[in-house]
Amino acid sequence: MKEYHELKLVVTPSPHIRGLVKTRSIMLDVIIAMLPALAYAAFWFGFRSLALTGISVAACLMWEALYCLALRKRPTVGDLSAAVTGVLLAFVCPVDVVWWQLVIGAFAAIVVVKQLFGGIGRNLLNPALAGGLLVRFCFGSRMDGRDILAEFEMMAGQPGAAAAAPMSYLQGSDKAAAFQALSEKYSLTELFLGKAGGAIGEVCVLALLAGGAYLLGRRIISWHIPVGCMAAVAVLSLIFPCGDDNLLWMLYNICSGGLLLGAFFMATDYATSPITDGGRLIYGVGCGVFTVLLRHFLSPELGVYCAVLVMNCVTPLLDRIIRPIRFGASD
Amino acid sequence: MAKAFFGGIHPDDMKAATNGKAINPLPHPPQVIIYLGRYREEPCTPLVRVGDHVKLGQKIGEPVYPEDVAVYASVSGTVTAVEPRLHAAGGKVPAVVIENDGRNERSPDIRPVEDPNSLSVEEMIERVRSAGIVDAENGEPPVWWKISHGIGRVDTVIINGAECEPYLTADHRTMLERPEQIVRGCAFLARMFHLDQVIIGVEVNKKNGITALKRTIAETRAPVVVTPLGSRYPQGSDKQLCQAITGRQIPPGAPPEEIGCAVFDVQSVCSIYRAITSGMPVVRQIVTVSGSGVMAPGNVDCPIGTPVSCLLDACGGLKDKTFKLIVGGPMTGTAQSAVNVSVDRGTVAVLAFAGREGRGLKHTQCIRCGRCARVCPMRLQPVFLYRYAMANKMNALEDANLMDCMECGACAYVCPAQLPLVQIFREGKARLMEELPVVEEMEEEEA
Repeated sequence: MKEYHELKLVVTPSPHIRGLVKTRSIMLDVIIAMLPALAYAAFWFGFRSLALTGISVAACLMWEALYCLALRKRPTVGDLSAAVTGVLLAFVCPVDVVWWQLVIGAFAAIVVVKQLFGGIGRNLLNPALAGGLLVRFCFGSRMDGRDILAEFEMMAGQPGAAAAAPMSYLQGSDKAAAFQALSEKYSLTELFLGKAGGAIGEVCVLALLAGGAYLLGRRIISWHIPVGCMAAVAVLSLIFPCGDDNLLWMLYNICSGGLLLGAFFMATDYATSPITDGGRLIYGVGCGVFTVLLRHFLSPELGVYCAVLVMNCVTPLLDRIIRPIRFGASD
Repeated sequence: MAKAFFGGIHPDDMKAATNGKAINPLPHPPQVIIYLGRYREEPCTPLVRVGDHVKLGQKIGEPVYPEDVAVYASVSGTVTAVEPRLHAAGGKVPAVVIENDGRNERSPDIRPVEDPNSLSVEEMIERVRSAGIVDAENGEPPVWWKISHGIGRVDTVIINGAECEPYLTADHRTMLERPEQIVRGCAFLARMFHLDQVIIGVEVNKKNGITALKRTIAETRAPVVVTPLGSRYPQGSDKQLCQAITGRQIPPGAPPEEIGCAVFDVQSVCSIYRAITSGMPVVRQIVTVSGSGVMAPGNVDCPIGTPVSCLLDACGGLKDKTFKLIVGGPMTGTAQSAVNVSVDRGTVAVLAFAGREGRGLKHTQCIRCGRCARVCPMRLQPVFLYRYAMANKMNALEDANLMDCMECGACAYVCPAQLPLVQIFREGKARLMEELPVVEEMEEEEA
């Protein structure tokens, strides 16, 4: 046994014990939560969706690594946040997106939206959403999918996967007729199980619910944002119905257009959502309100994603206004 | 029913290593180093010189301020040095070094009382005062002062039996082995405060401790109740304990009397009991020696001033792979660079780590997850405090109530980016303190 003076003792500030949750483990949990939706995508859209997700993840990791290398920063690839961004970026794109379009989207997400704002935790906008929307707005009409991944078409998914996304039916001005057509094309059960066209990660409500439940159960996210968001969409679609069946209209609004992907995975991004529970509830409700508005006035398909980006910009304000009551402050 | 405060964390309590180990008396360390004051407090004036012979319980340090308490010799022997010595909290503090003669000759100043019930409240307080009792939390007024200033203003006396930090078991063992001292000490407190009951708050992870206390209370029919508390850190902080038990919140910067509460440590209550009955001043301290680096973890009852090395020897010594030595609990204790400090009043634990505890910390970037704000018992938002501190925004720090931070470490414990939040806030507070006195002086001038 050594004498006491021979011991090499390290001196660090308290606390001397730490919890087990680290940035990397959080990101790993988010990836796990996205696996059901990813697995369903592989089944429904075919192997191509997996390949695209892989390319998107690889591109995000590559841009992150290159950025750190170029600026001689400590490499941050290991925290897996870029991988999460990569999966989410692929999730908001349709399966016929061309692979290099995703690489460009990844550049926008990682380099422009995330790193130029200071890296993880400091970005104003959700990188995956900003990158994904850039891809969809820029290349939306030019996604023919005829690229080097064409051979994966042989392992194509189920018939019906190539059909138009539910929300695309609501494009026109005659909403009642459009909703009639939509409800004839897809039943609610089909939407819930994900038997519909749409972006890679958004179609299967069941898989997204499973992932969301996992995130809630692991306390990665709190309920305030997803519940606030979905409640707002539900209430507003009940107040402003379309067609004869209010309840049906409300459920179609919840189960399509990627609302769950937005509510559970996009809006809950730590960097771009408020800190306090109260702030998160308001933020979630805001996401829901803007979803309804933007679906009506801008794009039914992308309404959710645009709404989250809008609310991202409100987050700093919410953090400023909603502060906890000081301990012991007389009221 | 277990009661609650804001936030808090549930670290692995690690108490199993020592909560079954009986308190082991360490009779005669060859030498004791008794500090004449605590860290950053005005030290007492030494009453002895090198070469003097002192007896157990003899006063060796006279306080400078009247509200402070004296320091007493914890062994009998010869004074070999009166000089500043390294203190576990950092820096040097004046100390008296006594070579132990092993005879424990008692000072004639220790006067037991035949019938404690015949004492008046003033006499009891005087005995508490002259016993030199202080609570473990640094910066608190001495126990006698809390009593004499609390009488009439305090309607709830709370004994802090939470022992919420991991590893610590000294209070738990005291509940099991000396419940009568705690309960009778509480009864004295009830008499001094003219109250019908005193509340002992105990975390539910000490079930047998609660049972032992309840049994003793029933046997002695003492005016004491035991309130079970949820096992959550930092339950044992004054503010959180008062909140959990009474639902009242202590206003910022105010003492617990402000909301009618007075809080005392379990060890202080035992000291009150001894002071009033036997007249023995505070000369011993129960220290939990634990952690993966300690060969035979245990609870040691040692004279105050015992060198930490003697304590470790009594517990089988340290493993070769020991990389960290902490005096105090794992959440708020101070890491030591060498084994050359000694036990002071309020030293609750000596921990040694040889495993993976808190090893390989990598500070990364804040991801804004908000966990720190969720666990902060003071309802602060460390995520923003950190940002302001790094940007040197002193005004923003003050507006965000950085001074309310009690450095419990809950935020740093949960931080997934493993940021040294406590350290940053400590520095921020020190800088705010430098600026604050100027403001106070100006206010005084205006008044």
